Amino acid sequence: MSEWIILLVCLLYLSILFVIATWAEKRKLKGKSVIHQPIIYSLSLAVYCTAWTFYGSVGRAASNGAEFLAVYIGPTIMAAFFWPVLRKMVRISKELRITSLADFISTRYGKNFSLAIVVSLMAMIGIIPYIGLQIKSISSSLQIIMTEVNHTPASTTILGISITLILMLFTILYGARSVDTTEKHEGLVTVVAFESIVKLLALLVGGLFICYSVFNGPLDLFSTTSQAENAIQKFTMQGPSVYFGWTAMIILSGFAMVLLPRQFQIAVVENVHESHIRSAIWMLPLYLILITLFVLPIALGGSFLFAGSGVDADNYVLAIPLQQSNYWMAMITWIGGFSAASSMIVVEAIAISIMVSNNLVMPILVRNFSREQQPEGSFQQKILWVRRISIALVLILALVYSKTIGQRLTLVSIGLVSFCAVAQFAPALIGGMFWKDGNRNGAMAGMITGFLLWGYTLVLPGAFPDAHFVQHGPWGIAALKPYSLFGLSALDPIAHAMVWSLLANTFLYVTISMHTQAKSQERFQAALFVDVFSNNRISNNEIAWKGNARLKDIQHLLNNFLGEARSHNLLQAYAIRHSIQLDADGQADPRIVTFSERILGGVIGTASARILISNITKEEEINIDEVLNILRENQQTLEMNKELRKRSLELSKATKQLEQANTQLKLLDEQKDEFLYTVTHELRTPLTSIRALSEIVHDNPDLEEEQRQQYLTAITKETERLSHLITQVLTLEKYESGKYRLNLSAINLAEVLHHVINTMQPLAAEKGLQIQLRTAETQALLQADKELITQVCFNLIGNAIKFARQQITITLLSNYDEWQIRVSDDGKGIAQELQQLIFDKFFQARNQTLKKPEGSGLGLAICKEILELHNGQIFVESKPDEGATFICALPA
Amino acid sequence: MSSAAPLKILVVDDDPYILMSLEFLMKKNGFDVLVARNGTEALDIIKEQLPSIVLLDIMMPDVDGYQICAYIKSQTILNHCKVIFLSAKSSEADIQKGLDLGASLYITKPFSTRELVKQVKQLTADA
Repeated sequence: MSEWIILLVCLLYLSILFVIATWAEKRKLKGKSVIHQPIIYSLSLAVYCTAWTFYGSVGRAASNGAEFLAVYIGPTIMAAFFWPVLRKMVRISKELRITSLADFISTRYGKNFSLAIVVSLMAMIGIIPYIGLQIKSISSSLQIIMTEVNHTPASTTILGISITLILMLFTILYGARSVDTTEKHEGLVTVVAFESIVKLLALLVGGLFICYSVFNGPLDLFSTTSQAENAIQKFTMQGPSVYFGWTAMIILSGFAMVLLPRQFQIAVVENVHESHIRSAIWMLPLYLILITLFVLPIALGGSFLFAGSGVDADNYVLAIPLQQSNYWMAMITWIGGFSAASSMIVVEAIAISIMVSNNLVMPILVRNFSREQQPEGSFQQKILWVRRISIALVLILALVYSKTIGQRLTLVSIGLVSFCAVAQFAPALIGGMFWKDGNRNGAMAGMITGFLLWGYTLVLPGAFPDAHFVQHGPWGIAALKPYSLFGLSALDPIAHAMVWSLLANTFLYVTISMHTQAKSQERFQAALFVDVFSNNRISNNEIAWKGNARLKDIQHLLNNFLGEARSHNLLQAYAIRHSIQLDADGQADPRIVTFSERILGGVIGTASARILISNITKEEEINIDEVLNILRENQQTLEMNKELRKRSLELSKATKQLEQANTQLKLLDEQKDEFLYTVTHELRTPLTSIRALSEIVHDNPDLEEEQRQQYLTAITKETERLSHLITQVLTLEKYESGKYRLNLSAINLAEVLHHVINTMQPLAAEKGLQIQLRTAETQALLQADKELITQVCFNLIGNAIKFARQQITITLLSNYDEWQIRVSDDGKGIAQELQQLIFDKFFQARNQTLKKPEGSGLGLAICKEILELHNGQIFVESKPDEGATFICALPA
Repeated sequence: MSSAAPLKILVVDDDPYILMSLEFLMKKNGFDVLVARNGTEALDIIKEQLPSIVLLDIMMPDVDGYQICAYIKSQTILNHCKVIFLSAKSSEADIQKGLDLGASLYITKPFSTRELVKQVKQLTADA
């Protein structure tokens, strides 16, 4: 095998990654999203396993035995808490459009800006070395293979730089696609999941190779190697410090599973459905067991084969096949290691770059943001460039680190140092989700102190192990020695640093929070976080803002970041859903302002969005009583379960109807008369044809057979029309009476639509019409009455078939917190003044200016009733001669 | 009526099956049948063909039956033309309104075809 084959294999593997990412993005456009599979979510969570698993764990197992398992036990324990902890993080982030760790923490503590900066800096300082080490692992492992093959050492610098550049390109291409960071990185997540499979297979194949090809099966391996030196000794715990070390690693790695920026990105930001978490609870531990299965055999085999030869235990995975001259096997394990490192590098770079761009760069850009509208798209371009440059910057810093300071450190130790850094987020983040009284002051003091202690007890002594202050303490004070602070010398450095930094962090967070008062805005946010599950919907709480803003300014702002079309759609849909009047020249409704802030937050981060909004509004501090009132009212609603809430809704609807009946009895009476009158009229028409035609058939026995057939067919059709009409009238009456009880279950709108379209297809084909379903959603789940929703789809598509000329397009999309079904035809459209009226019963019959098509005239009225029963909406958008689009909005 | 050309009768209804049956009935009874599916079409035919009898539905898109009847009664050239309303509207007020406009008959739907034919024949005999 020569050098160029190795390079060729590398390039081939890299191009496969590009192909997969592109494929996944295309599938999404076609509506067949890959990442809607729960297994993809679980696999992508395994981005946790980096080159550390591949090389470092083996090395650690060779020197410290079973100790390496701790970093897999931690996440396994954390997986057991996914449902209460991770699901809550996901729910909060979705509701509030949070896209990074920094956003999460700062939003919880009153959208505090300095907190966002602190968290971003901490993440950067804590993680960039870790990324650097992954880059180093790729280049040095490649160098090992090339040297072995070629006997001339390749330059790790050139390898490192070129691989970093390719990964940078990949990250920018698939990680900075859209300004809205709440959009999923479809291609990227698919690649991460793919790489998780690759690294698992590579390690399994490598392990099997060692067991069966180098030794004669696992039994032989264990019996041969256990003869050698102190194998047994390694697998027994010795002394309390080892136990402490273990415990510390388990705690740190457990937190790391959800708090590392890459884990937060994959587990929270990229999560498409909460139900995926449920499968991850068992799939992730299973994955971890599989990937660690052969670590020990490889370590034992390596120690045996290379005893006394000076081969670094971290490289056994490569060194064993190379020693056996099995270069292809070496190549396979190398690809495994590369896939482990590269997916970590890519996701970590994106997660950090979002924090850097949204929290460090964006605030400077938006502070000077003018109110006036920029050229369409220019600001969006600017944001994308900031994000791309941030990605490049993060990777360049990591590369520089790996070439300088990072040369001396092993993978495991730097990984644990990073774990310890992100563990500093735990009190503020996890505490903040469950404890309302935790406040900004406590969070800030805790995190900064914890982080400084981390730096003092881990980073400084690690970087300058021989310095005077490390050996004897600063100014010779032994109690301040970084590795044994206040005389605590029984622990290894990681456990020691964890104990002090987390203790101080938690202590300060709790005590300062208890002794200081949070502002009302912060308390409101705290309640949103802690009560996220009992809260019916956060968007219903958008009243906790008082102030003045011109709607125009809000629109300009959104236009600049989202483009005119998109922001227009979002505002319109929101306004319709909440019955808000959009007065173009007037003041914006407070709910619109809060909603816009949330949307902007998804693009540029919560803190920057706060600045922008406060720039264009005059705000008043809301007083604490109001906030408490809002919360209390909410609390009361929340305590009822969904069924109860619905009942009360129905009840209040009925009460309202009663009141109306009282005051407007006369009007109702008239309406009833009119309804009866219209029904009778509608019944008479088919009756007339039936009677006339049957009399003709009866009185004319000499009718031609063909004509007779024609008349009899017409009679049948008219009879069908009659019975259809009667059913429709009864249905409508049932829904309107308020007596109808919804038969709620979890239904999948995508499935319902597929079913209806398949059923209607022949009818459409008969008329030469195309029906097209456009959606990226395969799991559009919601609680609804399946039969009724199916009926709505039938009615709308049936109508579209009546009016369309060539094409019917059905779109299913998730619009923020609702599902939308849009049914568009290319017919002649509906005049503006009729767009409200068509949902009235018998509108067609009464409004005789329309060409009268077949149908009872009750279909749309029934749709409207059904949607209202589901707290949804139906409306139509149409321009004359450009077709009509019926939009059903159902709360998700 | 046996002497001259058959009488022209115009049938106006927006329901295709009713139209179909009326057309059959009238043809069978020796009329020269014209059909119109809506008010506009009806007015055009009335102006051009000057029918002797119009069987007129009331609720139609565009122009309704009352308006057509009023038009016929306002034209001297259509003095000979007789209007028979055939409508699902059956309230006293509706019927009165039709007769006030000068219609000869107001028959509510659904109707007996034999009765209708009899009535039409009687009307033409009177003329």
